[in-house]
Amino acid sequence: MLSQESLAQIDRELAKYPADQRRSAIMGALRIAQTEKRYLTNELIEFVASYVRIPPVAAYEVATFYNMYDRKPVGKYKLTVCTNLPCALSGGYTTADYLKQKLGIGFGETTADGKFTLAEGECMGACGYAPVMLVNNHSMCNHMTPDAIDKKLAELE
Amino acid sequence: MTIYAKGVVFEGVDFDNPNHWRLEEYVKRGGYAALKKILNEKITQDEVIAEVKTSSLRGRGGAGFPTGLKWSFMPRNFPGQKYLVCNTDEGEPGTFKDLDIIVSNPHALIEGMIIGGYAMGITVGYNYIHGEVFEAYERFEEALEEARKAGFLGDNILGTDFCFQLHAHHGYGAYICGEETALLESLEGKKGQPRFKPPFPASFGLYGKPTTINNTETFASVPYIIREGGQKFLELGKPNNGGTKLFSVSGHVNRPGNYEIPLGTPFADLLEMCGGMRGGKKLKAVIPGGSSAPVLPAEIMMQCTMDYDSIAKAGSMLGSGAVIVMDETVCMVSALERLSYFYHEESCGQCTPCREGTGWLYRIVHRIAHGEGRPEDLELLASIGDNIAGRTICALGDAAVFPVRGMLKHFRSEFEYMIEHKKSQFAALS
Repeated sequence: MLSQESLAQIDRELAKYPADQRRSAIMGALRIAQTEKRYLTNELIEFVASYVRIPPVAAYEVATFYNMYDRKPVGKYKLTVCTNLPCALSGGYTTADYLKQKLGIGFGETTADGKFTLAEGECMGACGYAPVMLVNNHSMCNHMTPDAIDKKLAELE
Repeated sequence: MTIYAKGVVFEGVDFDNPNHWRLEEYVKRGGYAALKKILNEKITQDEVIAEVKTSSLRGRGGAGFPTGLKWSFMPRNFPGQKYLVCNTDEGEPGTFKDLDIIVSNPHALIEGMIIGGYAMGITVGYNYIHGEVFEAYERFEEALEEARKAGFLGDNILGTDFCFQLHAHHGYGAYICGEETALLESLEGKKGQPRFKPPFPASFGLYGKPTTINNTETFASVPYIIREGGQKFLELGKPNNGGTKLFSVSGHVNRPGNYEIPLGTPFADLLEMCGGMRGGKKLKAVIPGGSSAPVLPAEIMMQCTMDYDSIAKAGSMLGSGAVIVMDETVCMVSALERLSYFYHEESCGQCTPCREGTGWLYRIVHRIAHGEGRPEDLELLASIGDNIAGRTICALGDAAVFPVRGMLKHFRSEFEYMIEHKKSQFAALS
């Protein structure tokens, strides 16, 4: 269900923790699975749980508690915009509104071509670079003014 | 963004050099000298802890607890595994200092943790990193690999019988995991829901074993303290507030960024370092220690010095050192609405007063902000706050209430105006 490369990465996560504490690796393992498959289906969560050797429910409760795990299909690029107070003081809502208008979708929606999903984020811990946006959960984009958004969207093929 | 590095954590870092974060550069600027000094001169565990106590270093994550004292709580002779954990789950709105530490000077943190492990007789550590800064997590993993290859981490460090393993663990989007026992649950691969205390982590921590947890900046300050002496560190700040501290300044200033300055620096000086107010506008209010700290109006803030005691005396808290600056155009109802939404969104759901109460707070502030406030709403907010604060397992409930109380204390008239006139005197957040 996952590539050899992803499984090898999960093995490296498992090696960080005591042999009798494999459960600790579930956060990393689910992240690795999601990175390969874009989002987590129940089947994928169950597969990861069995690989880590924990009950499926233990993996499921992690996948549902932490908000960066996606359990519904998302576009090729998931754009998460921070609108928390420090970003909002530097144009976070302007950024969000610009993206909504440009992509023609609201928060939690995906464009018809399946390319972009827009999400509202909470503080990402990078307020000095406000307004900030995350691409596919892992790539931080700083100072996302409308001009910077145009440039970034053009880069995302 | 600006990084103003005139303190101990970023001492000597040349940000123009793209390799400044690498081990080789860290060693060139005196890195790992503190660890070598301890191992070569056979400095005892008690002496290391005494030096940290002398420095008056206080926890940089928000609580300001004396680090040396915390280290002395660890039962060093406990027969069995003990753990050292670093809290880099930096999610308090306004805070972005630990991000720059693991990106720009990760080895200072690694060295600080190794020294902590030595002082408390701990052989395994984890650094829990905020999920949203995943690239920084990858950077930290790379720095760990460098330290292992150089013999600073692993078995028989620098040819002695001291061993210390250190690993990185990432969160994946849960503010609550910044709370130390929620962080431990998360590190165990569970939902990040805080534990009852006591027992405290020093006796029952990770996997039920004695555990010491410190903030990133706290650990990263330790090499300097050992190298230069606790007294010198103390003298950089002021009594009971030793050292320099990173302040993350965001909002309406010309140069947002991280400013590492002596504790006790006047706020007015910090504002000047940030290039003053953006657009030459007038300062209205400051949240001095992250979103959970009560807001202070300009006239009080301009009299404060940036240290734990001064900010506490003014009725707020220094917290994580996140300074959110707001100018005269900001609608405080709108600002509070956004913060209240955050706490409602991030409540872990374990305790009823917080799970339900944060929703009530948000919905009431939301209706005021949208011209539907009722005359009794301000009393209702106060009453809900009283029924949350102090009635939950962890401090998230308190953290949701403090901003409400601060706003109602200092900017009550704005809320009253909005309830009466159904609109604000100011523009909403944009």
